[in-house]
Amino acid sequence: MKYVLLFVETEQFEKDFEAMSQADRDRAVQLVYKWMADHADKIRGGSKLQPATTATTVRLEADSEPVITDGPFVEGKEVVSGYTEIEVDDLDQALKMVSTWPGCPIVEIRPIMEIPPVHS
Amino acid sequence: MTLAARGRAGVDRTDSDRELERIVREHSGRLATALMRITGDFAMAEDLVQDAVVAALHRWPIDGVPDRPDAWLFTVARNRGLDALRRQTNYRAKLAGLRWPIQPADDDRLRLIFTCCHPALSRPAQIALTLRVVCGLTTAQIARAFLVTDTTVAQRITRAKRKITEAAIPYRVPNPDELEARLREVLAVVYLLLNEGYLSTAERGQSRDLVDDAEWLAAQLHELMPTEPEVAGLLALIRLHRARADARFDPDGNIVLLKHQDRSSWDHDAIAAASRLLQRAARHREPGPYQLQAAIVACHAEALDWADTDWEQIVLIYDMLLCVAPSPLVRLHRSVALGYTAGPEAALADVDDLAEALDRYHLYHATRADLLGTLGRADEARTANRRALELTANPAEQALLRQRIDWGDDAG
Repeated sequence: MKYVLLFVETEQFEKDFEAMSQADRDRAVQLVYKWMADHADKIRGGSKLQPATTATTVRLEADSEPVITDGPFVEGKEVVSGYTEIEVDDLDQALKMVSTWPGCPIVEIRPIMEIPPVHS
Repeated sequence: MTLAARGRAGVDRTDSDRELERIVREHSGRLATALMRITGDFAMAEDLVQDAVVAALHRWPIDGVPDRPDAWLFTVARNRGLDALRRQTNYRAKLAGLRWPIQPADDDRLRLIFTCCHPALSRPAQIALTLRVVCGLTTAQIARAFLVTDTTVAQRITRAKRKITEAAIPYRVPNPDELEARLREVLAVVYLLLNEGYLSTAERGQSRDLVDDAEWLAAQLHELMPTEPEVAGLLALIRLHRARADARFDPDGNIVLLKHQDRSSWDHDAIAAASRLLQRAARHREPGPYQLQAAIVACHAEALDWADTDWEQIVLIYDMLLCVAPSPLVRLHRSVALGYTAGPEAALADVDDLAEALDRYHLYHATRADLLGTLGRADEARTANRRALELTANPAEQALLRQRIDWGDDAG
């Protein structure tokens, strides 16, 4: 069973992170690397994203030109900051894995839809 | 007579209705467990059982309850299953090989409950699933019990079943390291059923008695997990409430406060049995919120009368409860007991501390009104009672508060 873990940062988390000393920040980053290494057998890919300020959103509506806006698709205090695709047996395994995540304070677990191959 | 069925004229649910529900509840969960084991498909097993239950509730009142109701449910579900599985020959063969009577393993029964109460499902979904799958309620019965529409319940169930399948919520008993947290979810569901059933009065008296379902579920869990003290605690709590249920309403359906209840109408044998159950649980020395709540209720239940109540002990247990499960509500209840040990002034000071947290809660104002009344501050008491009335939507509680306000007006 494949899931995507969506890592979500909050304003507070960002502030706290910035307020840390460089050494503490390095340590926090090391913890994340270690988590990634510990679960390497289950991780199938993913990336850390550039900050939400770099996002561009395009809204496609029928009968009109696409509307392009600066910023993420929802303006809010919580923004997706990265994602990882994992492969585990079931949701309980995913939950167990996420329960030890040392980074940002929110993680969304979304199952990946298995799309059958298209036969032409 | 049951808790929710008390205190109203015109009993709509007959004894045979209740008997029917009891039979269905006894067997539908077992059936779901067996079907689940064979098909491995939670949603399908659930559908088949629900179909059989709906058919039974339709046929049995007309044809009479069959000699072996479980065999009847089994046959209906199996035949529908064979029909539904026409293309899945593998499952079909297994289902065809399934023979009545069904003796599900304890682990299978637990699996079913833990899956229905998985933390990845919303609380309303956990409740609806548990009632439907484990207790064999129909969608319509759940809707009536919670005063929501059939569509709402049906959607909740459909969404939950989709999530179980598509997010791969496993069908398993949690590992020892997750058990505590997962059991907490299950107990929360049972506790909510108790609360919902306990608070429901006149208008909901015609619908399902959820306290009965809560007790049945807690008893099942206790049978399956006899060494879990909180399971025993919750079962004791439910039984202690039920033992005094008859005294809670007068013949006109009005709530009778504990202080004024006729204690001779309590079921003292049931109270003694529940207290013993609680004492056995306490030997594990792992006090939790349910054991402590049950201990408080036991203090009341064992008192000869209101004046005999051991308030010192009750305040002590509330203190322990505040340690394991701090909440403004617990503090509010504690302050009532404190009124009898430290006096109404100290209690009122404690209650007033909760103003911010509980201003929207009717019992906060009702408790204040009581204490203000005791202190002779009649005008303030009346204002507090009025505020309580504005905030409660429960007809029986409204009637009680209205009565108190009327009485206050007369006196003033």
